[in-house]
Amino acid sequence: MPTLTLVQAVNDALKTAMRNDDSVVVFGEDVGPKGGVFLATEGLTSEFGEQRCFDTPLSEDGIVGTAVGMAMNGLRPVAEIQFQDFIFPAFDQIVSEAAKLRYRSGGQYTAPMVVRTPYGGGIRGGLYHSQSGEAYFCHTPGLKVVIPSTPADAKGLLIASIEDPDPVLFLEPKALYRAVKAEVPEGHYTTPLSTLRTVRKGTDVTVFCYGAMVPVCEKAAEQAAASGTECAIVDLRTLLPLDEEGVLEAAKQTGRVVVVHEAPRFCGFGAEISALIAENAIEYMEAPIARVTGFDTPFPNTLEHHYMPDHRRVLDAIEHVAAY
Amino acid sequence: MTATQPVSVIEPDGTTQGHDPGLSDEGLLHAYRTMLTVRAFDDTCMKLQRAGRIGFSIPNKGIEATQVGAASALRRTDWLFPSYRDFGMALYHGVEPVEMMHNMYGNARDTSKGRQMPVHFSFLDPIHFYSISSPIGTHLPHAVGAAYAMKVRGEDKVALVSFGDGGTSSLGFHSGMNFAGVWKVPVVFLCQNNGWAISCPSEAQTASDGYAVKAMAYGMPGVTVDGNDLLAVRQVVSEAVERARAGEGPTLIEARTFRMGGHSTSDDPTRYVPAELLAEWEERDPVARFERYLEARGLWKPEDRDRLYAEAAAKVNAAAKEAEGVGPPALESIFTDVYADVPAHLRRQGQATFDLARRKGDAAAGDGEFPL
Repeated sequence: MPTLTLVQAVNDALKTAMRNDDSVVVFGEDVGPKGGVFLATEGLTSEFGEQRCFDTPLSEDGIVGTAVGMAMNGLRPVAEIQFQDFIFPAFDQIVSEAAKLRYRSGGQYTAPMVVRTPYGGGIRGGLYHSQSGEAYFCHTPGLKVVIPSTPADAKGLLIASIEDPDPVLFLEPKALYRAVKAEVPEGHYTTPLSTLRTVRKGTDVTVFCYGAMVPVCEKAAEQAAASGTECAIVDLRTLLPLDEEGVLEAAKQTGRVVVVHEAPRFCGFGAEISALIAENAIEYMEAPIARVTGFDTPFPNTLEHHYMPDHRRVLDAIEHVAAY
Repeated sequence: MTATQPVSVIEPDGTTQGHDPGLSDEGLLHAYRTMLTVRAFDDTCMKLQRAGRIGFSIPNKGIEATQVGAASALRRTDWLFPSYRDFGMALYHGVEPVEMMHNMYGNARDTSKGRQMPVHFSFLDPIHFYSISSPIGTHLPHAVGAAYAMKVRGEDKVALVSFGDGGTSSLGFHSGMNFAGVWKVPVVFLCQNNGWAISCPSEAQTASDGYAVKAMAYGMPGVTVDGNDLLAVRQVVSEAVERARAGEGPTLIEARTFRMGGHSTSDDPTRYVPAELLAEWEERDPVARFERYLEARGLWKPEDRDRLYAEAAAKVNAAAKEAEGVGPPALESIFTDVYADVPAHLRRQGQATFDLARRKGDAAAGDGEFPL
C-alpha cells in the first residue's frame, strides 16, 4: 500500500474518480497545467485533457454557478475554490441554487457536484487564507459538508462525495496537506458519508473534533493519558448530515465531553454538538460540556498559534471536565 | 458586431418586406394562440389572486412576442433557462395550462410539490424549462454550465437563458457572460429589456447605451431587436441559435419591449409608470401587431380575436378549476427531496411533526400576504 500525504490522497481520489467515470470534470483557478496552488490537481490535465481538467476565469460565483449547470446536465463537476476564504461570492450559488435545486424542482433537476476547498489556519495566511467557515454551510439544508483528517479518509470521502447524488462541500484541512503521511489503499474505494471515525478509545472523556484539530486532540489525549485520564476521540468527518446517533452514543459512554474546532465559537459547530447532547443525553452528563475553539475575532496573522486551539488548550479542557 | 438599432420585421401596418417567417400558416397561428393563452392566463390569474384563490402572479402583458418569438427558434431538445416572466415559452412548446395552474395553486400535482411560490415553474417535458429561482441572475451560469456539457458531449443542442434589464446588474450576468465567452459554449443570452425592474426604470440599471453593447466586452456579438415584433425576435434568436449550433459560441440579444402590467399582482405600477409612456407602448401592443401581420397574410380577421381568446380563456379557466380541486401536497413532502435519501435527522423531524399533528391537530394556515 502506498504512503501518501493528504494532498496526494486528494489527487489520487480525483484521478481514480476521473478514470472510473468520464463525466467527472475538474476545474477552478490554476487547477490546469499548474496543478493547483497546493498541487491537488497535479497531472490531471495531462492525463485527462483540457476538457476534463481546466482553468477558469477568476470568479468563484462563475465556478460554482457553471458547476450547477453541468451537474444538472449529466456531468459530475468537481470545482475547486482556491481558498475557502474566497468562497463567499459563490455563497448564493451554493446556498440558493445547488442546495435547493432538488427540493424546488421536486426532483426534476439535481446538482450532484463537489466543491473542494482548502480551509483553516496554520500556514501564516492571515485573515483571508486561514478561515474555517463550515458553520455557514452547515446551516444549509440540501448541502452535505465533509471534512477529512487523514490521507485514507481524504481519498475515500472524496470519491464518495463525487459519487453522491447531492451537492457536497468538501473542506480540506490545508494545515494537514503535507503534515501527515499514511498508507492509502490503491484504486477505487469509498468511505461512507455521515459516519464517524473513532480515532481513539477511552473511558473518561469524549473529545469531538474534525479536520486539522484531530492530530491536536490526539496529542492532548496522549498527555492526558500520561496523567491517568483516558480520552475517546471522535472524528466527525461529515458535519452535515451528521451521524447524530453516533455522537450521542460516544457522549454517553463517558458523560464528559469536549468539542474542538478552529472556527469561532459563537454559533460554531460545537454549539450544535453541545445542544444535541444537552437535548438528548443530559442525564448522562457528569460535567458541563467544554468547547475549545478559535476566538470570536477575525483570524490573526502573526499570533495565529494563539488563535488556533493547540494541545495545551485542549488538554486544559480535558482536565477541567475530567475533574469536575 | 454590435447593433443598437433594433431589428424589426413587421411594419406598423402588418406588412413585411417579403420576409420568410420560416413557419407554416399553422405554425404562425400556433404562435398567435400561444400569445392569447399567455394573456388569458394573466387575466385569469389576476382574477384568482384578487378573489383570494391564489396568492400571487406575474403579469406578462406586453412581453408576449419576445417570449413566443424566442421559443419558436428552439427545438424541444434544447434547454430553456427562464426568468419568472417567461411562461409563454413553456406554453409554446406544449406545456399544458393545467400543469402551470397546479403550480399557481401549489397543490399536490405541482412539479415543485407546493414548495415554491406561484409562477416558479419547473418542467422537463416536452422541453427542459428549468426550475425558476427567485434570486436574479443566478441562472445565467447554470445555462453556461449546461451548455458546456452539451459542447463536450458534441450534442446538437443549445441553451437559451432569459432575464430582464435588471438582471444585467447581477453578479450572475457578469460571470455567466464571461465564462460563456471564454468557453465559447452554445448559449443564447436573451435580455428582455422591458423598461422596469419592479419600480426602477432601465436608466437606473445602467449608463450604457442599451444592453446589447455589453456583449462587446465579453467577446460575443450583441444584437438589439424590437421585442414587440414576434418575427424579428424569432429571426435574431434563430441566427444566434444557428451560431451556437455551429460551434461559434454565445450571443447577447436585447429585446426592447415594455411591461404593460405591474411587476406582480401585489404591485401598483400607476405609482411609478408615467401614463403617457404606457399609452405610447399600448399603441405598439405585440399581439395587435402580430394580428395585423396575420390579417395581411389572410390568416386572421378582426372577428377571430374574441373567439380565439375565448377558446384560450376557456382552457385556462378549466385548468384553474381542475387545479383548485387538487388537494395540498402531503405533509411528508416538507421533508423529501432535500437530499436523494431522507437522512436520519429529517426522518426524526418529520416523525415529530406527524405525531404532533395527530396529538394537537394540524397547523393552521396563516393569512400573510406577499408584499412584492
